[in-house]
Amino acid sequence: MNLFEFKMPEHFIIWNDPLIKGAWVSIILATLGIVFVLTYFKKWKWLWDEWLTTVDHKKIGIMYIIASLLMLFRGGADALLMRTQLAFPDMKFLNAQHYNEIFTTHGTLMILFMAMPFIIGMMNIAIPLQLGTRDVAFPYLNAMSFWLFFFGAMLFNISFVIGGSPDAGWTSYTPLAGSEYDPGPGQNYYLLALQIAGIGTLMTGVNFLVTIVKMRAPGMTLMRMPMFAWSTLITSVIIIFAFPVLTVALALMTFDRLFGTHFFTISGDGSPMMWANLFWVWGHPEVYIVILPAFGIFSEIISTFARKRLFGYNAMVYSMVAISALSFIVWLHHFFTMGNTPAINSFFSVSTMAIAIPTGVKLFNWLFTLYKGRIELKAPMLWAMGFIPTFLIGGVTGVMLALAPADYQYHNSYFLVSHFHYVLIGGTVFGMLAGMYYWWPKMFGHMLDERMGKWAFWLFTIGFNVCFFPQYPLGLMGMTRRMYTYPEGLGWDGLNLLSTIGAFMMGVGFLIIAYSIYWSARYGERDTTGDPWNGRTLEWATTSPAPVYNFAHIPKVEGQDAFWLMKQKRKKGKKEKTPELKRIHMPKDSGRPFVFSFFWFVAGFGFVFEWHLIGFAGLLGVLACMLLRSFEYDDHYYIEVDEIKRTEAAAGRL
Amino acid sequence: MATQNNHASTPLEYSTEEGRLKIFGFWVFLGAEIVLFATLFATYLTYQHATAGGPTPQDLFVVKDFMIETLLLLASSFTCGLAIYEMRRGNQKALLLWYIVTLLLGAGFLYFEIHEFFMYVTEEGATMQTSAFLSSFFVLLGTHGAHVTLGIFWIILLLIQLQKRGITPVTSRKLFVAGLYWHFLDVVWIFIYTLVYLMGVAG
Repeated sequence: MNLFEFKMPEHFIIWNDPLIKGAWVSIILATLGIVFVLTYFKKWKWLWDEWLTTVDHKKIGIMYIIASLLMLFRGGADALLMRTQLAFPDMKFLNAQHYNEIFTTHGTLMILFMAMPFIIGMMNIAIPLQLGTRDVAFPYLNAMSFWLFFFGAMLFNISFVIGGSPDAGWTSYTPLAGSEYDPGPGQNYYLLALQIAGIGTLMTGVNFLVTIVKMRAPGMTLMRMPMFAWSTLITSVIIIFAFPVLTVALALMTFDRLFGTHFFTISGDGSPMMWANLFWVWGHPEVYIVILPAFGIFSEIISTFARKRLFGYNAMVYSMVAISALSFIVWLHHFFTMGNTPAINSFFSVSTMAIAIPTGVKLFNWLFTLYKGRIELKAPMLWAMGFIPTFLIGGVTGVMLALAPADYQYHNSYFLVSHFHYVLIGGTVFGMLAGMYYWWPKMFGHMLDERMGKWAFWLFTIGFNVCFFPQYPLGLMGMTRRMYTYPEGLGWDGLNLLSTIGAFMMGVGFLIIAYSIYWSARYGERDTTGDPWNGRTLEWATTSPAPVYNFAHIPKVEGQDAFWLMKQKRKKGKKEKTPELKRIHMPKDSGRPFVFSFFWFVAGFGFVFEWHLIGFAGLLGVLACMLLRSFEYDDHYYIEVDEIKRTEAAAGRL
Repeated sequence: MATQNNHASTPLEYSTEEGRLKIFGFWVFLGAEIVLFATLFATYLTYQHATAGGPTPQDLFVVKDFMIETLLLLASSFTCGLAIYEMRRGNQKALLLWYIVTLLLGAGFLYFEIHEFFMYVTEEGATMQTSAFLSSFFVLLGTHGAHVTLGIFWIILLLIQLQKRGITPVTSRKLFVAGLYWHFLDVVWIFIYTLVYLMGVAG
C-alpha cells in the first residue's frame, strides 16, 4: 500500500457498450436538466433549506421514498434487460460479462437501495405520528442515516459508468469475489457502498428502537401500539444485531482485496466458506428486516379497510418476536450444498421450517380480521389482498427449499429465484406500495388516483405471476440461476418467453404508478380532513400533511386503535378538554449530515480505486464533521404559542 | 452547578429528557458494538490455528507484555469510574483530574500495544498478510485499539467542553456516555486477554 500512488484502472470511464453510452447520455442530460430547472426557477436555496438540511422525519421519509422509487426504476430496468436476454434461446443481446454485472447490481440495488430505504421511509413517515410524538429520538442522527444511505447508493450507482460494475453476484461469494478472480474496482464499489449505507441503517435501528421504547404518547403501553410500530420495533432489534455482522464481513473482504489479508483466501489458511457464513448471518435476518415492516403495514391496512380491530393482536406480536429470534438461527440453509455434516444441515432445516409456524399464525390472523368485516377494496387494500395468496405461494415453496435433501435438487435453480421473488415482491414490494398508497395523503395532502391505482395493481400483479410462476417449473427442469443464455431444445423456450412478457407487464404497471404520482400531484383529490380512510391510529388524528410539530397537543391514548376510540367518544358527544398550548421544543436544521456523508462518499470513492490518499482525506473530513458536532450546543429552538395558533387556525383546527 | 438538579436522587446526566434518551441510545449502540466484536472474536477463534506455516500464538505472545497492557487498561477503567463518581459529587477539578489519569493510562496501553505489534512485524516478520491467524489477530486487536484511540481524542474534546462550561446536564451526559464507552472497551479487552492471549500461550 502506497499512500501517494494513484494507479489508473484500465478502463476508468466506461464507454465500450451501446447501452452504457446511452446511460452516459441520459445521465448527463438528466443532470443538466436538473441544474437548469433549479437555476431557472431559483430553487437552489429552497432545495438546501427545505430538503438537504432538514431533520424533520416527515421530509426525510419523503426523500427516502423518492430515492427508493428511483432505485426501483433502475433495478427494474436491470431486470428487463435480463429478461430480454433470456426471452429466446441463444440471444446475443447481452454478453456474459454484462449479464453478470446486471444481475449483481439488480440484486444489490433491490435489496439494499430499494427495499431498505422504502421500509425506512415508511417508518419515518408513520412511526412518530403513530406514536403521537413530535419526531424521532435523534433527528440529527436520522438525517445522517438518510444521507449515508443516499451517498452509499450514489457510490454504487456510478460504478457502471466509472470503473465498472461489480459482477460477482449480490452475495459476492469468495473466491470469485476475491482480488485474484475479480481484480477490477467493481467489487470494491460493492464493498464500500454497502459499508457506507449499512452504517446509516444501523443508526436508523438505534434511532427507532429508542423512539418506540421511550417516546410513546401517554397511555400508549407497548400492547396498545399500532402493529406497524411493533413491527418497526422488532425490525430495529434485528438491525442492531445483524448489521454489525455485515459491517465486519464487508471490512474483512475489503482488507483481503486492498491490504492482502487472508480471511477468505485459500492461501494463507483462510476459508472462502467463512464469507458465506458471515454474509448470511447478516443476510438471513436481513430477509426479516425487509418483510416484518411489510407485515406491519398489511396489519394496519387490513384492519382499516375491513373496519375491524386486528384479529389476534397478541398472537401477531408474539409471532413476530418468534420470527425475529428464529431469523438468527437459519442462515446455513443458504448453503446446504456446501458440504456440512448431516447433523448441521438437519438442524438448520428444522429451524427454517419452524418459521412457517409463526408466519402461518399471522396469515390466519389477517384472514380472521377480514372475516365478517365490511371490506372496502381501495388501492392500499388491493395490494394487501394481492399479498396474501402471493406470499403464501412464496412461503410454501420456501418450506420446500428448507428440506435439505430435496434442496440438493433445486438449489440455485430458477425454482429458488422464483421463491425469493414471490416473498420479496409479493411481501416487501406489495407492502411498500400498499403503504405508499395508504400514507400518500399524509405525506402530501392529496390522494393517489384510485383508478390508475387499480390498473397498476392488476397489471403489476398479473404480470408478476406471469413472470415468476413459470420460473418454478423452469427451475425443476434444470435451468440454473445466473445463466446468461441457454440453447434450444431443452423445453425452456415457451416458459422463458412467457416470463419475459410478465416482466414487461410489471414494467408497465410501474410506469402507471409513476404517472399517477405526477397526475395526482396536479389534479388528485385533496385530503382536507387528515383522515381520508376513516383510520384507526394516531397518524390520522393530525392534518395532512402534518405540521412540522406533528401534534399541537400530545394525544392521550386509552386503548388499541387510539384514534378510533377518540372518534367513538366524539360521536357519543363527549367533549374533550383541550389543554393550554405550550411552546414546542424543536431540533434545528443542519447541513452537516449532508456534508458528513459526502465525505464518506469521497473516502469510499478513493478506496474503490485504491487511491488511499483520497480515501484517508475523506475519512479526515468525516472526523472533522464529528468534531464540529461535538462542540455544537445551540442545536434547538422553540415554536412559540402564537405561531402554533396561526398554523392550527390555517388548518381549521382551532 | 449540581444544584440545578431538582431530584436529589436523579443524577444530573439523567435530569433532562434529552439526557435520558441519549444515554439509553448509547446503551443500544453498545449492543451493536458487542455484535461487532463478537463477529471479530468468532473470526479469530475460527482462524487461531490457521497459521499457514507462519508464527503461532505461542511463538509471538509474551506474558509480561500483555500483562502490562491489561493492567494499564483495567486501571484506566477504575480511574474512569472515579471520574464519574466525582462528577456525581459535583467536583469538577477531581473529575478532570481522574479523566486525565484515565487518558494517560489509555495512552500508555496504546504505546505498549503498538510496540507489541511493531515487534511482531519487525522481529518475527508476522504481518497481517502472513496467515489467516495473523489477519484476524491484527484486525480484532486493531479494531479495539482504534476504538481506544478514538476514545482518547473524543474525551479530550469533552474535557475542553467541561472546562468551558462546567458540569451541566449536557456535559455530564457526554462524560457519562464516554465513560460507558471506556468501560465497554475494557470489557472487550478482558475477552481479548482471555480468548486471545491466555488461550494463545496455553496452546
